[in-house]
Amino acid sequence: MNPIPTEWYLFLGGGLFTIGVIGVLTRRNVLVILMSIEIILNAVNINLLAFAKYFQSVDGQVFALFVITDAAAEAAVGLGLIIALFRNKETVNADEIDLLKW
Amino acid sequence: MVALISAVLVITRRNAVHSVIWLIVTLLSVGGIYLLLHAEFLFAVQIILYVGGIMVLFLFVVMLVNLDVAVRQSPFSRQWLLALGTVLVLLLELAYGIYRGQGLRLPQVAPVVEAQGNTQALAGALYQNYMLPVEIASLLLLVAMVGAVIMAKRKIE
Repeated sequence: MNPIPTEWYLFLGGGLFTIGVIGVLTRRNVLVILMSIEIILNAVNINLLAFAKYFQSVDGQVFALFVITDAAAEAAVGLGLIIALFRNKETVNADEIDLLKW
Repeated sequence: MVALISAVLVITRRNAVHSVIWLIVTLLSVGGIYLLLHAEFLFAVQIILYVGGIMVLFLFVVMLVNLDVAVRQSPFSRQWLLALGTVLVLLLELAYGIYRGQGLRLPQVAPVVEAQGNTQALAGALYQNYMLPVEIASLLLLVAMVGAVIMAKRKIE
């Protein structure tokens, strides 16, 4: 019935998640960091849907829908922050934003 | 496979515009995996909301904020070696966990006969069992919208 075992989806989700974490930790551009967060959220969604299919339940899909909603809200607020930041500091590099450091 | 390769390309491109394009490829292939997992409604949501909405927003902001300086300097921060080591540990841990769980079979729920379509089932769950979370999500979207507008405004009088 299920030609592709659930573990493969989990491995794919884990790989995507790891790539996203690498992006968040190593990039300097705040925009690329936000994109990496989107990759992480997509990896989580793959896991949720894989288990939703495994348990033949629609609850996991509902949860994934909420994750997508939160991703949209997060992207809107994050991009607003970046615009405000760029207007004040003229930079989008994460390590040049050190107002809280002295 | 396409998803993984293009995700790697997202975080390695020097130019942020290229990153956005590769992120679109990633999201499309993840959408294909949703289709494979019998989540047709989420596939449509992924295409419309992510690829159509969020990515246009991203591209817009990248164009707005585009810096020629950023293309010339190194795209990675100074802590990349430490970060890579940490993430390697994380990857090994994840892989080990999934590998160990492979033999283990969770109790299989009796498969429900799909008399209705995926969208119909999802809507039923959303508006019957998950009424309060839907309302909370709508409130969250409202707050996010107001917050984004306020932060992007030039000056609050």
